[in-house]
Amino acid sequence: MSNPERFRQETRAWLDTNCPPEMRQPVRSKDDVVLGGRRAVYKDPAQQLWLDRMAEKGWTAPEWPRSYGGGGLSPEEAKILQSEMGRLGCRNPLSSFSLSTLGPTLLKYGTEEQKREHLPRMARGEIFWCQGYSEPGAGSDLASLATRAEDHGDHFLVNGQKIWTSDADKADWIYCLVRTDTSNKHNGISFLLFDMETPGVSVKPIRLISGYSPFCETFFDNVKVPKKNLVGELNKGWDVAKYLLSHERESLSDLSAGQLSLGQIAKRAVGTEADGRLDDPVLRARIALFEVRALAFRAMSERFVDELKHERAPPHQASVMKYLGTELNKQRHELMMDAEGSDALEWESDRSRGGANARAWLRTKANSIEGGTSEVQLNIIAKRILQLPGA
Amino acid sequence: MPLCHTEDQTMLADTVRPFLAEQAPVRHMRALRDAGDRTGFSPDLWKRFAELGLNGVLMDEADGGLGLGHVEAGIVLEEIGRNLTPSPFLATAVGAVTMLRGGSTAQRQAWLPRILAGEAVGVLAIDETPRHRPGRIALRAQRVGNGFRLMGEKRFVTHGHVADFLIVAARTAGSCEDEMGVTLFLIESHVANLTVEAERLTDSSLAARLKFDGVEVLKEAVVGEVDRGFDGLTKTLSALRTGASAEMVGVGSGALDMTIGYLKQRKQFGRLIGSFQALQHRAAHLYAEMEVARAAVLKAQELLDCGDAGAEQSVMVAKAMTGMASALAVQEGIQMHGGIGMTDEYDIGFYMKRQRVLSELFGDADYHADHLARLAGY
Repeated sequence: MSNPERFRQETRAWLDTNCPPEMRQPVRSKDDVVLGGRRAVYKDPAQQLWLDRMAEKGWTAPEWPRSYGGGGLSPEEAKILQSEMGRLGCRNPLSSFSLSTLGPTLLKYGTEEQKREHLPRMARGEIFWCQGYSEPGAGSDLASLATRAEDHGDHFLVNGQKIWTSDADKADWIYCLVRTDTSNKHNGISFLLFDMETPGVSVKPIRLISGYSPFCETFFDNVKVPKKNLVGELNKGWDVAKYLLSHERESLSDLSAGQLSLGQIAKRAVGTEADGRLDDPVLRARIALFEVRALAFRAMSERFVDELKHERAPPHQASVMKYLGTELNKQRHELMMDAEGSDALEWESDRSRGGANARAWLRTKANSIEGGTSEVQLNIIAKRILQLPGA
Repeated sequence: MPLCHTEDQTMLADTVRPFLAEQAPVRHMRALRDAGDRTGFSPDLWKRFAELGLNGVLMDEADGGLGLGHVEAGIVLEEIGRNLTPSPFLATAVGAVTMLRGGSTAQRQAWLPRILAGEAVGVLAIDETPRHRPGRIALRAQRVGNGFRLMGEKRFVTHGHVADFLIVAARTAGSCEDEMGVTLFLIESHVANLTVEAERLTDSSLAARLKFDGVEVLKEAVVGEVDRGFDGLTKTLSALRTGASAEMVGVGSGALDMTIGYLKQRKQFGRLIGSFQALQHRAAHLYAEMEVARAAVLKAQELLDCGDAGAEQSVMVAKAMTGMASALAVQEGIQMHGGIGMTDEYDIGFYMKRQRVLSELFGDADYHADHLARLAGY
């Protein structure tokens, strides 16, 4: 038996033994998703059990080295693990955004001490991170950020404001872009890590069109950050930030994986004709043409992962993925709203799980804004990939 | 299997790209058109394909072929697309060769060596209506003595007027829409009671309308089994659709490259037009669409090559997606070229015409989207 085949069988057996049956049900609501953190809330004890077992194995971060709390798997083994989890319908034990963004960034830019302090706790879901990038005056033009960090010998003193900080009200730590040199736009930015419980940090949730408040305003008033929490070199934080953003774009690019097919959703709401076709020919055609794009994009996501593994991904391809993936996800939710008709409009009823679909539809409108707008991605593609001239 | 080209495949592309760019660039096609050529391709070039072994790309090594797969055939087709090269490669080296996998030893021995040598062209005759409907085969083949007599019509048979042999999907039982009762016949072109009319198409290629007015064939002409040809037809169509998709990726990429080149060279208002964000965003969107199409085609090629059960679905996704993306490429291409894009002297218009034909060939995006919806049960 070949090694990958043995690994597949062992993995299958382990998952089958260790994944609680409750954790093999599809995710239905927000509290089915485990974010972790100091104030983690578990709707079901099985969630915690599943997280602990997977973390013990290092499989919440399969490809990280074992010494940092990872699984030490090769890319091929990680792919097998993912496919076996998919086969058994295992839920993701820990949906922490930082695993796919801050994790790889610390592996590349962090000091040994930073890696040992932060990575294992991230992998075990003990610390939940938020991202301090955008500011009221620095959205698409992120590098114009103004939050100051002054050198005070053994620490930086941070003052300023961030906005659109996802889940800042639930987060334990923040990774934050700060200005350490006002004379140089891109080469005056540094990348800091600090505890959200540090005196001087305050958070105010922002109510969105969905009625939810996933984003916050975050204020820093004389926040002391030890020097050892600087990631990468002083004033070279833009490189670190861009590296992290490219990982963020990768993870934002496949938002529709594992979702129920639109055709099936529509059938339930609209009904079918005698031959099994959806009883709404125009909607059917729109869904069918959308599904062509969605399936083609799935092939592209697969290709992108393989190219990354073989170090053959063209530069800036993450921007192409982010642009396409988020635009598709918005279209998907528009079609879902169309398919469900007035059912999808209910905002509070139990039947609609508190307006889950409508709120999710509204949430997707941020997909093409956060992490660099679609227009910013198109600029990157035009200038960096197609090498079109500047203005 | 990783979803990117291997080193060998990259090497093949590095061989084929300069070969076609030198031997058959767009001006080769233009010259054939201007000369009023009635063959539809250059037999010399077909010979040179043979010399490189390309005609046998999908043939087993035991048959003298390269024993490669659809990824490799697609590499050739992408370059054919990029250069708008008139060639029977898709119809013969992909279509007929795939179909002959289910043929008798006699059929294979008669035709594979000649295809390999660049001495024979063989094509499939499927369509009977203006829109591709391979599930409806009405051309009848009646049993007569030791063989069959064929009555009916076929159309949109590319290279059909110069083909040495035809593989015809005919009905031997059942009604027009039944899968059972379809039989495939391999017929030499110069038979009695077959009328072949060559029609010039939009892209200046030639396709035949065939009229079978009591064409008699022996039972040895059957490819595979009587009444059970639908499966072989579907398999061959998958190969052809994947090939046409790869060719469309080439056509779309060619149009995109030309357009980007033009944006970097044309000045208006004292600036390169490529510096205008209105055009940059459209070009970037187009690039992204072409990348999706390219990935979808690679997926279909790989699944076909490893005989995966999901191949048929992936092939339809590929054909539909490349149809849409390459249509955008040629439409944006002409728009961004402005007035010069409307002139016959400039090549971009040829891309639009070729794309239109390839998009229709073996089913357009609508056809495949509808079929995918049916497969998905809605």
